[in-house]
Amino acid sequence: MLTATELMGAKTYDAQGNYVGKVREFFVEPAEQPNRVAHFLLSRGSFQPLVARHDQVASIEAGKLELSVPERALEAYLPNEGWLAVTKDLLDQQIIDTAGRKVVRVNDLDLTEQRTNGNVELRITQVDVGLPGAVRRLLQGIAPQRMIRSLQNRLPARTIRWEFVNLVEPDPLRRLKLRITHEKLEDLHPADLADIMEDLSPAERQGIISSLDEETAAAVLAELDARLTTQIVEKLDPEKAADILEEMAPDAAADVLGGLPKETSDELLDEMPGQEANEVRELLEFDPATAGGMMNTDFVFVGDKSTRDEVLEWMKEQDLNLDQLDTIVLLDGGAQFSGSVPVARLLLAGSNQVLNELKMEPLLSIQPNADEKDVFELFDKYNLRMLTVVDEDGRPLGVITVDDVVSKLLK
Amino acid sequence: MWSRESLEAMGERWTQRVQRVRDALRPFRRRIVLFLAVVGPGLIVSNVDNDAGGIYTYAQSGAKYGNAVLWSLIPMTIALYVSLEMCSRMGAFTGKGLSDLVREEFGFRVTFFLMAAVVVVNLGNVMAEFTGVFWASEAMGVSRFISVPIAAILVWVLVVQGTAKVVERIFLAICVVYFAYVISAFLAKPDWLISLLHLLPPQLMQYVPTVKPFLEVPKFDAGYAVILAGLVGTTIAPWQHFFLQAAVVEKRVGPRQYPATRNDVLVGSISCMVIVFFIIVCTAATLHVKGILDVDNAGTAAIALRPLAGKFASLLFAIGLLNASLFAASILPLSTSYVVCEALGFESGIDRKFGEAKIFYALYTALIFLGAFMVLAFGKFANTILLWSQVLNGFLLPAVLIFVLILVNRKDLMGDQVNSRGFNWVAWISTIAMIVLTLVVAYTSIHDLFAHPAG
Repeated sequence: MLTATELMGAKTYDAQGNYVGKVREFFVEPAEQPNRVAHFLLSRGSFQPLVARHDQVASIEAGKLELSVPERALEAYLPNEGWLAVTKDLLDQQIIDTAGRKVVRVNDLDLTEQRTNGNVELRITQVDVGLPGAVRRLLQGIAPQRMIRSLQNRLPARTIRWEFVNLVEPDPLRRLKLRITHEKLEDLHPADLADIMEDLSPAERQGIISSLDEETAAAVLAELDARLTTQIVEKLDPEKAADILEEMAPDAAADVLGGLPKETSDELLDEMPGQEANEVRELLEFDPATAGGMMNTDFVFVGDKSTRDEVLEWMKEQDLNLDQLDTIVLLDGGAQFSGSVPVARLLLAGSNQVLNELKMEPLLSIQPNADEKDVFELFDKYNLRMLTVVDEDGRPLGVITVDDVVSKLLK
Repeated sequence: MWSRESLEAMGERWTQRVQRVRDALRPFRRRIVLFLAVVGPGLIVSNVDNDAGGIYTYAQSGAKYGNAVLWSLIPMTIALYVSLEMCSRMGAFTGKGLSDLVREEFGFRVTFFLMAAVVVVNLGNVMAEFTGVFWASEAMGVSRFISVPIAAILVWVLVVQGTAKVVERIFLAICVVYFAYVISAFLAKPDWLISLLHLLPPQLMQYVPTVKPFLEVPKFDAGYAVILAGLVGTTIAPWQHFFLQAAVVEKRVGPRQYPATRNDVLVGSISCMVIVFFIIVCTAATLHVKGILDVDNAGTAAIALRPLAGKFASLLFAIGLLNASLFAASILPLSTSYVVCEALGFESGIDRKFGEAKIFYALYTALIFLGAFMVLAFGKFANTILLWSQVLNGFLLPAVLIFVLILVNRKDLMGDQVNSRGFNWVAWISTIAMIVLTLVVAYTSIHDLFAHPAG
């Protein structure tokens, strides 16, 4: 096993044993092989820097590199955006550990040698983010190799396997050339991804959000700190931003838009499809510190005369948002609020039971302009999971769910 | 009478009017919220600076040289603002802390040595803060063997409990104690015109015949240079740059919020210097004119507050000193541990459990208790501790400023937000001036140390 630090500065000799130069940098070419060290940058004094390809290397050990070809077979170095430079792009930079779900800084890289038809190839196995790597970086070239090795063996290791490493590259073109995708990130829970994003710089956050699919991006934005969300949405291309907002629950979308300057939020609303935009517009009218500002207009309502089976049948046919399916709002003949039924009750009820008989007592609802404190008190007093917001005529406008309350209370 | 239609029309008009007011208020309300959310780092960072070492140095310079040091305040304000503004700008536009940027652009080894220096220098600062606690308690008649350990435990617990933010605000509020110097300065009835006149360099103003008779022109000797360097050293400290940039990043200040932060830094720098101005005028009018030219203990320093507090001057001074010291002691060790651990890639944060962030907690605890222990063990040499902590700050500052200047001028990091040419001139001139002053101080203090080894 070798490490990037040990390889850096290694003296290189060609097939005839002539000194070629020192290894100044090495590159991975992700388009061909995600973990193979594909090119070595060799420099000697003021000579033009040369590049050795992976199939030109005969043997590798710490501090020494032997080539299988003569010096004249090497090419001159030309910068290439598609090459990942280990020192410049990886060492000391932040990466995302998708297994540990956090942002870490790279101290060193662990490499293994692999023999393939007469050549030796180096593969990156893991990144070192712990003390051994730090000690090596500090002492390499100052203290004897053996001492460093024995010292680092005594320190607790902290490494991340290369396949769990997600690079962060703000520039979209470079990301494409380096084949950096964020598929691994899309598998994380949005809340974890939001935590990771908070540890990154604005440009890096922007890069991640714009490369996620709209659904994941919407879920992550809803979990992020409000100020960050605003900053991100503001910098997104309006079309993309509107697509993401469309995926969000109307109340979350309204929270995001409420933090933006009026022109920007109007522009984004114009980009969104009519119905969603109207829902969000209505929500934006309410002060965030009132029941109206907390409510979500996306809720399930049925007539109070329907029976359990009718409702279950109907629900199966609809494409319902499961997050909102905790409690069902009942309407009477005049389309006015007549109560609410938790889905749990529905499950245990007889098949022909009318929903009106299942509704929760006492009958609770709140007006949109009521202060948020009144909402908190109701939730606390009656141990609610959901509360219906009704207008002056008793028509339901939306619902406040317990997670809205929790996130408000934590602010 | 009122018809139903006219009532409805009136209602309609009202709704429209309310809506118009609401629309008009919307940007304004957002701006207030924005200002309150962003205000702070600049103000805190400059105020923490008027700590034990600071008050000591200001009192000393006022007593020794009277009005003759006042001219240095304007260039110092500019230098403080310029250097802090660069850090806040970097924080806002890169979204990364200063130590992170150093790590990413200069590699591990450079960062390690810089961080080692930061730890040593800030340990010196923490010691200076506990020296402040020591003096304040002596002035109130409490032994340092009681006050210093209590202060150390108090600071440690408050921060680990996570109440630090609240406490920070309380300390910031008690900073009003500094106004005691303002009032005291007025009561001492100095000649304000002459003091204000000294804000312009007397070395130049003496060539203006009409004002020449009123000027105190300082002789530029070693002692004077030490005082000047001390002033610069306590006012512009290396840790401020790390703290401010980290706070800007943590507060999520982006390009849009940046103007508010810049104002905060400007207000902070100026308010810090206004306080310094009054402390110096106050000590000049109370000590210097009476021929007390050396502030060698808290008792002498408190005399400056007599015009306001009479026989309670010592108490008032002690409270001010205690507040300043605790304020700094609750911020310095924590921010140091954060900066060091972030840069070197160790887990950090008081929201982590001890087992998850061992090095962070170990460093934080060591800074506080080692600092307190040194003050207890070597209390006799308090003056020397204070002086050396300033000297160490002075050594580190140019290094930090050079890193800042290199980074802030990098187009690939800052885009079009790199320094303008004029700004670079001011920044480099102040950096070089500080290096020169530091060298002078280093020379004289090492010279002194060997001349009077007892300190």
